[in-house]
Amino acid sequence: MEIKKTSLNKLHQDNKAKFVEFAGYEMPIQYSKGIVEEHKFTRSNAGIFDVSHMGQLYIYGDDKLTDDLEKIFPLDLKNLRQNCSKYSFLMNDNAGIYDDLIITKIEKGYLIILNAACKDNDFKILSNLLKDKYEMVLDDQRSLIAIQGPKSVEILNKIIDGVEKLNFMTGNWFDYKDTKVFATRSGYTGEDGFEISIKNELAEEFTQFLIENGAQLIGLGARDTLRLEAGLCLYGHELDTEKTPIEANLKWAISKERISNGGFVGSEKIMKEIKEGTSKIRVGIKPEGRLIAREKTKIFNEAEKPIGEVTSGTYGPSVNGPIAMGYIDKEFSKIDTKILLEVRGKKHSASICGLPFYKKSYVKGVN
Amino acid sequence: MSEVKFSKEHEWITVEGDVATIGITKHATEMLGDIVFAELPEKGSNVEKDGTAGVVESTKAASDVYTPVSGEVVDTNQSIVDDPAKINEDPEGSAWFFKLKLKDSSEMDSLMNKEEYDKFAKESTS
Repeated sequence: MEIKKTSLNKLHQDNKAKFVEFAGYEMPIQYSKGIVEEHKFTRSNAGIFDVSHMGQLYIYGDDKLTDDLEKIFPLDLKNLRQNCSKYSFLMNDNAGIYDDLIITKIEKGYLIILNAACKDNDFKILSNLLKDKYEMVLDDQRSLIAIQGPKSVEILNKIIDGVEKLNFMTGNWFDYKDTKVFATRSGYTGEDGFEISIKNELAEEFTQFLIENGAQLIGLGARDTLRLEAGLCLYGHELDTEKTPIEANLKWAISKERISNGGFVGSEKIMKEIKEGTSKIRVGIKPEGRLIAREKTKIFNEAEKPIGEVTSGTYGPSVNGPIAMGYIDKEFSKIDTKILLEVRGKKHSASICGLPFYKKSYVKGVN
Repeated sequence: MSEVKFSKEHEWITVEGDVATIGITKHATEMLGDIVFAELPEKGSNVEKDGTAGVVESTKAASDVYTPVSGEVVDTNQSIVDDPAKINEDPEGSAWFFKLKLKDSSEMDSLMNKEEYDKFAKESTS
């Protein structure tokens, strides 16, 4: 299959991107300054991320659609106000995770942002669950551009007047030239920021304006170190169909009233796990020294019994040291528990730690 | 000191008397990106030509470091373990990896000179 390119591909090339294939797309892993510089620039200034490979799924419908989506997602969608967003997941009957996503209530239905590698499968699953009753559009006519970091609001507001008034996890349509863009105040870096959905033909010029106003392009490499420092899950690593939201320590994302009443796909398993607990759970891991424990590194207790596996591990540029997340037997999940990580045949000391590794409060907005 | 020689695994080597100093090339660091971890062989250990003699990790992945010649490790550069970013800053100078007491100096003969290596490096990336 031919590799797909986003509307910003030429701009990436012009900015000397190193490319990798990601979910069938040619995407920039880094630019000339490298991952560490890009990471730090995002934390101190404003980074631009091309996330156009992600799925932008529009589902149109009225209150009946809300009822039907509540049978799928563990959210209180009836009380979700227009233009407000929630983090959620698409699950199977066993509460295994097909994808994690952001769902926003829009004027005539919902907008769901899906992972690139999952979007086509998600579309099929959702079409089946909704029995093709509603118009569903996986929009490939629009690009998705994120701007993240403390200077994002100042920079973006110069180009899209009014975005500064958005609260965290809300969105709206804004005027851009003679067209409309949909901007949400959200992101996946642990920084304040926005994601802007814009017509493909305008994406490059819009991104150029962001660059001219002081933001810089950031690749997938730094996106990964940023999200890991922020303790956020990445699908295919922390999340997959073998793991449930409760095991992933994401109970906070399930609406309280849905926990007691259930009635969504996977709810029986979720309710059981909340009541009885799970045998494994996602934790933060801090290796001692500078040792990096990559994905699939085996975890042992001090008696050298295997107790889990690392799902993501790297060097965190802002914490200036190695960081990791993984799944571990519940009894060893308490913060400060000493564990061992097997790297290149040798066991190295590490400890369980709280998440995130890097703390910064999201902007709540004016209200 | 001898002329700098290079290996196909992107190590450089210089020899003074019977002691060789070995590090990784600038070209290697450019391919790896930001180096954030370095592991060196133990002092006193013996390493074999083309065998692994350390590890470097970038933000993206881990890579083995090989030794282009055999010998006994007589010194290692702790400063690059403490601050791996130095490897990106000065790979062919102060950020050397380890020193070996050469076992067989004829092993040097198969290595490349600078001109040959530059050509090899250019071809291996294109």
